Amino acid sequence: MFENLSSKLQETFKRLRGKGKLTEADVSEALREVRLALLEADVNFRVVKDFVARVKEKAVGIEVLEALSPGQQVIKIVNDEITALLGGTNARLSIAPKPPTVVLMVGLQGAGKTTASGKLSAWLKKQGKRPLLVAADVYRPAAIKQLQVLGQQLDVPVFSLGSDADPVDIARAGVESAVKQGRDVVLVDTAGRLQVDDALMQELENIKAAVHPHEILLVVDAMTGQEAVSVAETFNQRLGIDGVVITKLDSDTRGGAALSVRAVTGRPIKFVGTGEKLDALEPFHPDRMASRILGMGDVLSLIEKAQAQFDEKQAMEMSQKMRKAEFTLDDFLQQLRQVRQMGPLDQLLGMLPGMGQLKQLKNVKVDEKELVHVEAIIQSMTAQERRSPDIINGSRRKRIARGSGTTVQEVNRLLRQFEESKKMMKQFAGMEKAMRKAGRVPFGPR
Amino acid sequence: MGWFDRLKSGLSRTREGLVGRITSIVTGAGRIDEDLYDELEETLIQADVGVETSLHLVEHLRKAVARERISDPEQLPGLLKDRIREIMGQETAPLNLQSGGLTVMMVVGVNGVGKTTTIGKLAQQLKEEGRRVLLAAGDTFRAAAIDQLEVWGQRTGVDVIRHQEGADPAAVAFDAIAAARSRGADVVIVDTAGRLHTKSNLMEELKKVRRVIDREVPGAPHETLLVLDATTGQNAVQQAKAFSSAVDVSGIVLTKLDSTAKGGVVIAIARELNIPVKIIGIGEKAEDLRPFNPGEFVDALFTR
Repeated sequence: MFENLSSKLQETFKRLRGKGKLTEADVSEALREVRLALLEADVNFRVVKDFVARVKEKAVGIEVLEALSPGQQVIKIVNDEITALLGGTNARLSIAPKPPTVVLMVGLQGAGKTTASGKLSAWLKKQGKRPLLVAADVYRPAAIKQLQVLGQQLDVPVFSLGSDADPVDIARAGVESAVKQGRDVVLVDTAGRLQVDDALMQELENIKAAVHPHEILLVVDAMTGQEAVSVAETFNQRLGIDGVVITKLDSDTRGGAALSVRAVTGRPIKFVGTGEKLDALEPFHPDRMASRILGMGDVLSLIEKAQAQFDEKQAMEMSQKMRKAEFTLDDFLQQLRQVRQMGPLDQLLGMLPGMGQLKQLKNVKVDEKELVHVEAIIQSMTAQERRSPDIINGSRRKRIARGSGTTVQEVNRLLRQFEESKKMMKQFAGMEKAMRKAGRVPFGPR
Repeated sequence: MGWFDRLKSGLSRTREGLVGRITSIVTGAGRIDEDLYDELEETLIQADVGVETSLHLVEHLRKAVARERISDPEQLPGLLKDRIREIMGQETAPLNLQSGGLTVMMVVGVNGVGKTTTIGKLAQQLKEEGRRVLLAAGDTFRAAAIDQLEVWGQRTGVDVIRHQEGADPAAVAFDAIAAARSRGADVVIVDTAGRLHTKSNLMEELKKVRRVIDREVPGAPHETLLVLDATTGQNAVQQAKAFSSAVDVSGIVLTKLDSTAKGGVVIAIARELNIPVKIIGIGEKAEDLRPFNPGEFVDALFTR
C-alpha cells in the first residue's frame, strides 16, 4: 500500500511541472493523494475533510520554493500543518503546586491503561518524583494484581482496597494514603470502559469529583480506527481530559488516531508507548508522528534535502574534508550526533515507509549503548587528540578510558574503526574522481 | 431476547453509523450523481470499511447503475447489501472440534484485544455443551495475566494449567496437553501473550508454541484463533496477515463489536483476507460471544 501511494504521488508530481505560484489545480491534484494517505492511516474522515479544506485555503497562491515542484510544495505545507496541529502546546505533565499531583488514567478496554500507568510511574521516578499507583480497576479479573506486580518490578508502592470496594472510595483513600506516605504524584488506574456505557462514565465523573485530578489522561491505542474520534469526544465532554497517551506505537500502524484525537479534543498528546519494556514511554514528538501518518517518508526526505541549503553546505565541507582525508574525530562525533538526534536507530528504520515490511530489517539491532560509549570516549579526548589521533599513545589511552568510564580495549576499538572509515573514505574519494573522469554522476559520500 | 435481536442490538451502533446514514443520504438525494457517490464513499470509509474496500463497493454501484439503467437512488442500499453479502459469503465456519480425541486450540493476537476474556467465555460455552475443557495459561509475560485466566477458570469451573511468570509458553502448552490426556479432557485452549505482529522474536516464540503442540498432538492445533478488536482500524488487516504467515491462523474472533459504530472492518477483513471470521463478541456476557453467521450479520446490519 505504501509503495503504491508513493508511486502515485510521484506520478502526480510529474504532471505538476512549472514554477511560480501554486494554482488551485496544483493544490487539488496533490491534495487528492494526501486525502487518501490520511484515510489509509485511519485519520478520521471528518478530521481529514476539515484539514484538507484548510490546507487548500492556505496553499493556493503560495510561492513555490525554487528547489521544489508544486506537488512537493503542497506536501511540505501539509506536513508542516500536521506537525503544527499535533504539537504546539505545552505537552508536559502539569504538577500541582501543592502535592500530591493526582493523575487519572482513563480509556477503553485494552488500550493499555495499566501498563501505561506503570510506565508513567517509572518515568516520574526517574524525574525524582515519588509516585503512588492506585488500583481502581475492580472489574477486570486480576487487574489489581497486574498493577501490584508492576509496582513490585518498579519499586513503586501500590494502593488497593481489593476488588470489592467502590472505585470512588479507592481513589479517595488512595490520595489520602499518598498524603500520609509523603508521595507526591498519585496515578489512579481506572477500569477500561466504553464511552457509551453511561453507568461507568458516571463512575469516572464521580471519581473526578472526589479527588479533583490535576491531569486526566486519555489512553488511546495507536491502532484505533475511525472510532477514535467518538471515544475522544465523549471522554473529553464528560471528563474534560488534559492530555493523551498513545500506546502500542511500536506496531506498524500509521497512527492516524493520534491526529484525530488531537484534532477533536484540542488536548496535547503527552506521551507515547513504544515497547513492551517498562521504560518504553517517551515524550511525544509531533514531527516524527506527522511524517509517519502521512506515510511519505521518502517524499518528505526528498523535500527536506531539496530545501536544506545550509545543511548541504555543511555536507559539502564534510565531503571536501573526506576527499582530502582530513576527516577528524570531531567530524566523526558530529556525524554521530546528527544520526542520534533522529531517535533510536532501529525504530527509525521501522518508520521508513516500506521498511517495516522488509523481513531482513527486523533483525537489525543497533546498539544504542555502544553509540553512547563512542561519544563518551571522543569527548574524553583533548582537542589536539581529536585532530590528530596519531598522538594517542598508551598513557593517553588509559586516561581516555578512565575519563569516559570505558576500557582501553574499547578506546582501541574506536580508534581502529575510525582509521578504517578514514581509509574507506579515501577509497571513495578515489572512486569518485575516476567516475567523474568517465563522465558519470558521482555519488559523493554524505 | 432471541439471538438475532441481541445481534441487532449489539450492532445497533454500526447499523446507525453505516446503513442508517446511507439510507438518509439516498432518501435526501434527488438523483444519482457524483456527489451521491462521494457521500456514500465517505460513509463507508467512516465505518472502517477501509479505503480500498469502500472504493470497490462504490465502483460496483456505479457499474450496476450503468448496466441496469437505475435512476432511483433508493435502490442503492439494496444493491450495496447484495454486494456485501456476496463478499461476506453465506457459510458459517464452525469451530473445528474433533469428535473423538483431543482438540487443541491456540489463541493469538496483539495486546489488549481481549484474548483472555474470549477464552474464558469460550470455555464456559464449551463446558455448557458438555465438553471437558482445560485452559493453558500461556501468557507468561504480562503481569498477572496468569491470575486473570485463573479467575476465569474458577468462574467457569475449568482447570487451568499454569507455570511461573516468565516461563516458556511452549512448556505450558506441553504440560497442558499431558494433563488433558491424563484427566481425559476434550478441549485444551492455549492462551498466549499479546504481542505486536511487528516483533519478529515474539512471533518466533509463537511458532515454537505451535510446533510443540503439533509434535504432541499431530495435526494440532485444530484451531488457531486470531482475536481482533473491532475498534482497530485498517491495521487489523496487517495483523491478520502477519499472524497468518507465522502461525497459520484458521479463524478470526472479532471482539468488542458492540463498542463501535465502525463494524465495517468485518467487510474489509472478508474481502482482503482468506480467513473466515468464526466468532464475534457483541457484549460483556459469556453468551454474547457467538459463532459468526455472515448472512445473519448482513441482515442484522440492514434491518431497521
